[in-house]
Amino acid sequence: MTEIETFYDVLRRQGISRRSFLKFCSLTAASLGLAPELAPQMAYALETKPRTPVLWLHGLECTCCSEAFIRSAHPLASDVILSMISLDYDDTIMAAAGHQAEAIVDEIVEKYKGNYILACEGNPPLNEDGMYCIIGGKPYLDQLKKAASNCKAIISWGSCASWGCVQAARPNPTQAVPIHKVIRDKPIIKVPGCPPIPEVMTAVITYIATFEKLPELDRQGRPKMFYSQRIHDKCYRRPHFDAGQFVEAWDDDSARKGYCLYKMGCKGPTTYNACSTTRWNGGVSFPIQSGHGCIGCSEDGFWDNGGFYNRLTNIHQFGIEANADDIGKTAAGVVGAAVAAHAAVSALKRARDKGGNA
Amino acid sequence: MTIQTPNGFTLDTSGKRIVVDPVTRIEGHMRCEVNVDSENIIRNAVSTGTMWRGLEVILKGRDPRDAWAFTQRICGVCTGTHALTSVRCVEDALGIKIPENANSIRNIMQLCLQVHDHLVHFYHLHALDWVNPVSALKADPKATSELQQKVSPAHPKSSPGYFRDVQNRLKRFVESGQLGPFKNGYWDNPAYLLPPEANLMATTHYLEALDFQTTIMRIRTIFGGKDPHPNWLVGGVPCAINVDGVGAVGAINMERLNMVRSIIDQSIRFVEDVYIPDLLAVASFYKGWLYGGGLSSKNVLSYGDIPDNANDYSAANLLSPRGAIINGNLKEVHDVDLRNPEEIQEFVPHSWYKYADEKKGLHPWDGVTQPAYGLGPNAKGSKTNIVEIDESAKYSWIKAPRWKGNAMEVGPLARYIVGYAQGNKEITEQINFVLKTLDVPVTALFSTLGRTAARGLECQWAAHKMSYFLDKLIATIKAGDSSTANVDNWDPSTWPKEAKGVGFTEAPRGALAHWIRIKDTKIENYQCVVPTTWNGSPRDNEGNIGAFEASLMNTKMERPEEPVEILRTLHSFDPCLACSTHVMSEDGEELTRIKVR
Repeated sequence: MTEIETFYDVLRRQGISRRSFLKFCSLTAASLGLAPELAPQMAYALETKPRTPVLWLHGLECTCCSEAFIRSAHPLASDVILSMISLDYDDTIMAAAGHQAEAIVDEIVEKYKGNYILACEGNPPLNEDGMYCIIGGKPYLDQLKKAASNCKAIISWGSCASWGCVQAARPNPTQAVPIHKVIRDKPIIKVPGCPPIPEVMTAVITYIATFEKLPELDRQGRPKMFYSQRIHDKCYRRPHFDAGQFVEAWDDDSARKGYCLYKMGCKGPTTYNACSTTRWNGGVSFPIQSGHGCIGCSEDGFWDNGGFYNRLTNIHQFGIEANADDIGKTAAGVVGAAVAAHAAVSALKRARDKGGNA
Repeated sequence: MTIQTPNGFTLDTSGKRIVVDPVTRIEGHMRCEVNVDSENIIRNAVSTGTMWRGLEVILKGRDPRDAWAFTQRICGVCTGTHALTSVRCVEDALGIKIPENANSIRNIMQLCLQVHDHLVHFYHLHALDWVNPVSALKADPKATSELQQKVSPAHPKSSPGYFRDVQNRLKRFVESGQLGPFKNGYWDNPAYLLPPEANLMATTHYLEALDFQTTIMRIRTIFGGKDPHPNWLVGGVPCAINVDGVGAVGAINMERLNMVRSIIDQSIRFVEDVYIPDLLAVASFYKGWLYGGGLSSKNVLSYGDIPDNANDYSAANLLSPRGAIINGNLKEVHDVDLRNPEEIQEFVPHSWYKYADEKKGLHPWDGVTQPAYGLGPNAKGSKTNIVEIDESAKYSWIKAPRWKGNAMEVGPLARYIVGYAQGNKEITEQINFVLKTLDVPVTALFSTLGRTAARGLECQWAAHKMSYFLDKLIATIKAGDSSTANVDNWDPSTWPKEAKGVGFTEAPRGALAHWIRIKDTKIENYQCVVPTTWNGSPRDNEGNIGAFEASLMNTKMERPEEPVEILRTLHSFDPCLACSTHVMSEDGEELTRIKVR
């Protein structure tokens, strides 16, 4: 396909010098947490490849993943769309509609066999023969299967595509299922979160375009580089947890001092995501920094894991690492006992408030 | 066959049927079918919501304090507006009063959404209905620079070299053969009226706006921790204020307030130097294209929003106007009561739901939703391969809400018409400025272009109001009040055994309300009637058509096989289908019987 320009050609023809191009590669490598020596490898890859076609499909969802994507501060969405990938189908922003839009899926699936990425936002419902989500008069599931048929890999954006998310919360009336339940023969990268962190989304895309391989995944299919640590592990309020300093009520003196939100229901100790390191929207803040506990939105089934303000009751969930289990040896038994006592009280109270049916 | 609708439209289904599915550049999934006559004029229009998620049944039995997080996931585009509606709804039910600072912060967050959402809608969802980026390649950068300096002398990015660079970037992009989002667009359709220079200017701003919008929502990240889907709290806001002592560095402090101030200032500048001038420039070339008025000259509705002082939801205290106008009588603005069972009701004779008695409508507190998918006898295709809809039967996942029996239009234009009719000073000044600049009569408001213009004006209004509430927040802190949450009724043991409440906002797309019933500290029933339920409504028992369908009537299409005009008018409402079609019932029991294959 000689008529297709490479990423580097595009940049050069836009008047960007080789020097700035290499600088871009170094910065991108750095933002991905990669060693500096990988920058030339990135430059080589981007210089020699056409932009990878991407089909971005929408099932049952709320479009928060797309909204997150366009909020990426580095790289900017405009640079990703104009220079890094070829976003050939995305019903949220594409100019064409109706059959002119649907024709694009057919074309890409044939023309770029094995060479395009399928990005999935949302998920397919199985009830009512799939007609709780209709595209072109047919079940979304049909479009999904067609688009997946020749793809190189699938990115499951957000918790809908990765786990099922809110429409799959009990009792899941539409029988919405994550992508990996219906597409089983393609590599799938899960990028969970409701939505995922904007810069994590663009980093995953950039990584694939740059290194021509999929990121290393954990057992659940998430990129290790962003999902291997808990919010709690890197939380800037962690010292307060270790010291037994907790917010006891909204807007109390401890809240104003920025103490730990564990007792307010924070799910940071059991949530794997990069919020406490990458932070959100160009590093401005993240939920805990702005005073609310983590609701665990990147975890499977987080909607059904008890209320958002119920504190985690199982202290052993705190982790694999001993220091998390021991929660602050300095404050020792006092805090541990206090936390456990609170947990017991709260569990009793819940049982009293509502007979069963948590 | 010709049908006369009670709300004043003549439907004729005899002409050629055109199907657009999916309708793109919207939130969610939607289908549209029209019949055009031999002159290619639309004589019948059918809009179908094509998705359903069932969020309210999922809410049943849960903690009302969690409801904001679930309902926020109704929509990630108008992110937060459902959450705000939800916390107001729960607070109404439980009689919780919020601190003044919480009201100011919530207003700043809601106004910030309006600014962001309207800007992104205009440039990234709507612009390609008016602007042709391919034509921009033919523009003279020097003439474009002159045009830019004429329409907005204050915007610094206006040199011929700047436009040449952007044009080169576009040229390379197009020549690469990989057109991305512009692929298969309708770029040689005569419906596009802008000269190449205006196309280059607007396309350049498409890119500038895409970059700038990343900044706007940081205001919500400061107060809510992330965006999309920031965090909220029943009883106030979760972010604590501490401008003085130990720990101030981790709370809302001077540095955070300064960042908010800086972003507000940048937003005002961008809206006034780029968005509004572009809007007027584009409108000046299309002011002869005044299709798309639909219901706007007849029936419009707004609930009002942005309470000046905390906890007072009376119309007099709301900065965004409340009222209903019927049959185009601007002299009389009716009050709206969301608690009155006779005012807002939802009907389902043409929706894929079942009522025991479908002749009647139900008030949301008593709402029932039981899905009942199926096609009418005249539909073409099959149940899982719809070729043509039969609109005489059930045909949409959207219910038909009515206000005192009337189909209503909601949204920025509805708010501005209500405000204009009430003599709201700010709104009247803005509208008069636009009418005078474009030299068009007030009736020009009732159009696709009017809807698009009202959205821009509201964006400008909202940007300034953010500044007002930041001033107010700082003044309150200065006076010694730093409180952000009222926790008196946080503990469910303080709640009554049964309670019901209603909360409302003006979402970017229009009037939004949630109704809740709480029993034994859990959600017994939760109902949402959202803007696109109003605008995207299918027909009712009397045959009244909804706002989308009405707006498409009598529009001339240049080329029926290329739906430029249909997209242009539908986009002027900024449809949000995930919002409109989630609605679920009081008793979800029926659902659990649905077979799982």
